[in-house]
Amino acid sequence: MRAPTKIVPTLILALGGVYALLPLLWVVIAATKGPEELFTTFSGRPSFNGGFTENIAALSAYGNGRFWLWMLNSLIYAGGGAFLTVVVSAACGYALAKYRFAGQRLIFGALLAGVLVPQITLAIPQYLLLSDMGMVGTYWSVILPSVISPYSIYLCRIYAAAAVPDEILEAGRVDGASEFRLLWSVGVPIMTPGLVTVFLLQFIGIWNNFLLPYIMLANDDRFPLTVGLYSLLNRGASQPALYSLVISGSLLSIIPIIALFLFLQRFWRLDLVAGSVKG
Amino acid sequence: MTGQQKRAPYLMAAPAVILFTVFIVVPIGYAIWLSLHAMRVRGAGFGIRTEVFIGLENYLEAIQDSALYEAMQRMLGYGVIMVPATMGLALLFALLLDAPRVGGKRASRITIFLPYAVPGVIASLLWGFIYLPAVSPISAALEGAGLPAADFFGDVSIFFSVANIAVWGSVGFNMVVLYTTLRAIPKELYEAARIDGATEWRIALRIKVPLLRPALTMTSVFTLIGMLQVFSEPATLRPMTNAISQDWVPLMRIYQQAFVDNDIYLGAASSVLLAGATVLLSLAALAVFRTRSARSDR
Repeated sequence: MRAPTKIVPTLILALGGVYALLPLLWVVIAATKGPEELFTTFSGRPSFNGGFTENIAALSAYGNGRFWLWMLNSLIYAGGGAFLTVVVSAACGYALAKYRFAGQRLIFGALLAGVLVPQITLAIPQYLLLSDMGMVGTYWSVILPSVISPYSIYLCRIYAAAAVPDEILEAGRVDGASEFRLLWSVGVPIMTPGLVTVFLLQFIGIWNNFLLPYIMLANDDRFPLTVGLYSLLNRGASQPALYSLVISGSLLSIIPIIALFLFLQRFWRLDLVAGSVKG
Repeated sequence: MTGQQKRAPYLMAAPAVILFTVFIVVPIGYAIWLSLHAMRVRGAGFGIRTEVFIGLENYLEAIQDSALYEAMQRMLGYGVIMVPATMGLALLFALLLDAPRVGGKRASRITIFLPYAVPGVIASLLWGFIYLPAVSPISAALEGAGLPAADFFGDVSIFFSVANIAVWGSVGFNMVVLYTTLRAIPKELYEAARIDGATEWRIALRIKVPLLRPALTMTSVFTLIGMLQVFSEPATLRPMTNAISQDWVPLMRIYQQAFVDNDIYLGAASSVLLAGATVLLSLAALAVFRTRSARSDR
């Protein structure tokens, strides 16, 4: 016999879910309203007077399709940055986990300390350095500082240590495989679930980053969505008509990342983040 | 060991080490260097400004900066709400997900985790509109019920309003980390307690929470670091309300010093101080955790 479900704990969890969904639900409803309806109709009720298509059209027209450019930029920053992070971190984490070499502890200790440094402390000198190199305002000024992620290297290291068996590497060496071949054809396939996790954490982290692009970029053709919508809101403070653009822009900007999140959440290895990996 | 085997780990670690040096080590050194310098007019009457070494003057100015000090107080006010609320809710939800006979777990878990994917700026926009009297569904509901409208941008309520955005965005992630740790604990540990008739509530408090301590420490440290670095939520709310000044939290003040007032040297000094505070706080949290777990091992 199955024991009945307990009501109070179930209800508390459900309330947590409602809290999490409330703003998302509100933005879906608000995005259906045209600029003139936004401030006049009850905010709990969606509107079906074509406000949504009107908003999307207005948003697409804003600055000659600048919004879609921002979305593309976010995709370039987050996709490119996260991919490079995975490549760099996987190689370094694997080396730290599977070899003994001089300087190993120094590298690992320095990386751990790097996790603690606040972004602004780095952002001011990074801005000056990249500006000396003439790179401020380019895609690279946002991607390159994002690629180095001590936390990602740390995750790759613990995953490689737990999941890649030394016996297979030894057997490969006996068969004459080179060290890089072993990394590529033994290490990487076994580490894939961990690498997917690192990619997702980084993708979401860069997509959501505000401070770095806000400091590095001045030309709004290079803005990611976060900085773009922020600039739109800043203008909206004097022109409330822009509010409905900001609202539909917010909705459109979270759809891809939520889709990615829901699609991939079963592949996450979040026990990695909790620091308890068992192969 | 062959020569290739000796070289391989260096080559594999090289890209990370180079990037780490260029984008973390050098900037830290540069930030410290900047913090010890300033633009000063040199010589008499020519008005040529050059970079000069001024020792700890920037630090003295940063420590005496009342705006930075007030920003720090506001950050603490925000943190006193945000950190316990985030950790408390995350722990509560994780324990409920791990308890038997609770319905709708999968749906609740994914839904509560979902806000983690929403950028802080967008989350602030969404909540900002919910707080904004003209479009707020909450104000509309209160009005409909004949109650006075809520003021989300009041002197005190603003702290709750900003904290709520951060709580909303981070509860789910911490919950999932704690829940994943709970699932890795062997079930036999609770079976004996259950046979002895212990309630689920008791098992949670007496067995699960102590076992969660390492994960709780780690998530708390990250939440504390998040508190020290709060920026996008108040910065995004600023265009919507006068309750948030241009220097509402330390990062906003540092940004203002460096990029609005164009005193990158003073900004560097303040940010080095903030980095020092972050490191100290993290080390303190880790030390507390170490002595505690050493005590319980005995």
